[in-house]
Amino acid sequence: MITRFTIAERQASLVLLLLMTLAGLAMAAAGAGDAMGVHGFIVLFASLGLIFVVGGALYDPAPTEDRSRAYYDDPIKVGIVLAMIWAVIAMGVGDWVAWMLAFPDLRFDGAWSGFGRMRPVHTTGIIFGFGGNALIATSFHVMQRTCRARLAGQIAPWFVILGYNLFVVMAVTGYMMGVTQSKEYAEAEWYADIWLVIVWVVYFVLYLRTLARRNEPHIYVANWYYMAFILVVAVLHIVNNLAVPASFTAAKSYSLFSGVQDAMTQWWYGHNAVAFFLTSGFLGMLYYYLPKRANRPIYSYRLSILSFWGITFFYIWVGSHHLHYTALPHWVQTLGMTFSVMLLVPSWASAGNALMTLNGAWHKVRDDATLRFMFVAAVFYGLSTFEGSFLAIRPVNSLSHYTDWTVAHVHAGAMGWVALITFGAIYAAVPMIWRRETMYSWKMVEWHFWLALAGTLIYVFAMWNSGIVQGLMWRTYTEGGTLRYSFLDTMIAMHPYYIARGIGGLLFLAGAVIGFINIWMTIRAVGSDSKVLDVPTESEAGEPAVPVAE
Amino acid sequence: MMGLSHDTVVGFAKSFGLFYLIALSIGICVYVFWPRNRDRFRRAKHSIMDDEDGPLTGEDRQ
Repeated sequence: MITRFTIAERQASLVLLLLMTLAGLAMAAAGAGDAMGVHGFIVLFASLGLIFVVGGALYDPAPTEDRSRAYYDDPIKVGIVLAMIWAVIAMGVGDWVAWMLAFPDLRFDGAWSGFGRMRPVHTTGIIFGFGGNALIATSFHVMQRTCRARLAGQIAPWFVILGYNLFVVMAVTGYMMGVTQSKEYAEAEWYADIWLVIVWVVYFVLYLRTLARRNEPHIYVANWYYMAFILVVAVLHIVNNLAVPASFTAAKSYSLFSGVQDAMTQWWYGHNAVAFFLTSGFLGMLYYYLPKRANRPIYSYRLSILSFWGITFFYIWVGSHHLHYTALPHWVQTLGMTFSVMLLVPSWASAGNALMTLNGAWHKVRDDATLRFMFVAAVFYGLSTFEGSFLAIRPVNSLSHYTDWTVAHVHAGAMGWVALITFGAIYAAVPMIWRRETMYSWKMVEWHFWLALAGTLIYVFAMWNSGIVQGLMWRTYTEGGTLRYSFLDTMIAMHPYYIARGIGGLLFLAGAVIGFINIWMTIRAVGSDSKVLDVPTESEAGEPAVPVAE
Repeated sequence: MMGLSHDTVVGFAKSFGLFYLIALSIGICVYVFWPRNRDRFRRAKHSIMDDEDGPLTGEDRQ
């Protein structure tokens, strides 16, 4: 992969990596005795390792490819593999903590292994590790294809992919050492947050520069969704993480916000992380890979634009539905509730657009598990957006809030929608990117599909039951006007559902492991010849023969 | 800071917010249904069906 860099690009990468090594060394020295010091060593060794990779190939021959004629797919390949590695790690941790809730002895008495530390490892690993890598990788694919232009840069895509993963590693290892700023989905501390801002700005600029190179008059709608994802996540991340470090040589910091402003800022961030990280970018995937895989253009392009603006402008306001019955002004709660209900319209427009695209091609959905992943994802998208609007209504929320119903809702979205559309997109993208006819094994895709669907259904039904039982027990009074059930009574009632959840999660994890093996075997080209395309290849020897003087 | 009382900010948010959202909705509908955009959208929707061959260059763009 380094041989695709010009000599000057290899030198520039080395300078960049040297700067990062020095930054890691400074962090390790200054932060000695604190988690920051450990992170310094992680930065140091990651950069040193990459220096060896780049340095080892420094004097290899310069590349011969015609860059104006070829897409740049190497960073996509790495991004897809990293996404699958994070999927296996973070789903594994998720299932472990699910069993830990049913059988607390599974904590094994480590400080690092408590639920409070492992739970953010699971959420960050899934959302940012699995989801984020999949979004970045597929966005590199989609932006190049829809623009009919090569990525605008050779080093920038690598900086984005690898720098982003460095952030996730720092976040996740930090939690295990007890580092957290106690903001859900934004637990990472100040230096990791600053690093993510740098990476994210490079990502945004890279996207804009690639769009500027486009050879199509109109920017295809999938790009709009990816752009909204990048832009809004940048705004959310910066505002919610505004904080003053207690010391520049340690991880601890204090948020700029306090009291109800802190809660509102956090949930403005938190729900928009769901909106723009877990929805917008994945809709971008849906609008590209679903029509492509079904070989049918999207049912209504106009509807896709209308729902884009609907989702963008309604979602921004819904965060306050997380703060019903709190000190937040009542009208702000009502605003969040109202916009949450209105949001159903553009959400169902997107889901309907996807399903109408498949209407008339149901035999393809039946025969092709990859397309079926995307179809079921669209169905779950419709279901969980309906449930989300419903749960945001104040009286419904009084039953559901703080119970496992919320957990059921989140996982219907995260497993049924986000993970399934991602697996569908990855199964569609892998043969294209690695130039294979098909995946290594279509049977393994089938297995993955059914394990994932069964796991999701078991998980979601278990948590629906658990959450509603829990909520009803909490609000049951005796004739004397006291609470009938103690906390322990609810725990005992929920125990069977917690076991069911562990089983559902295990099935989902097993599917992801099978998927990873299948992808790896496809990459290794086991049992297949690589697909020959009538496009220039890397080496001059591989160029298609051109008849001379005819 | 007299001009920026809680009530003033809330009043602004509630009135301006309403009108800007209405204006935005109208603007987007006009853009989406503008007759001259029809071909543009049709081309975009079909353009993704065949895009794996590599970037377009000057000669094949016509």
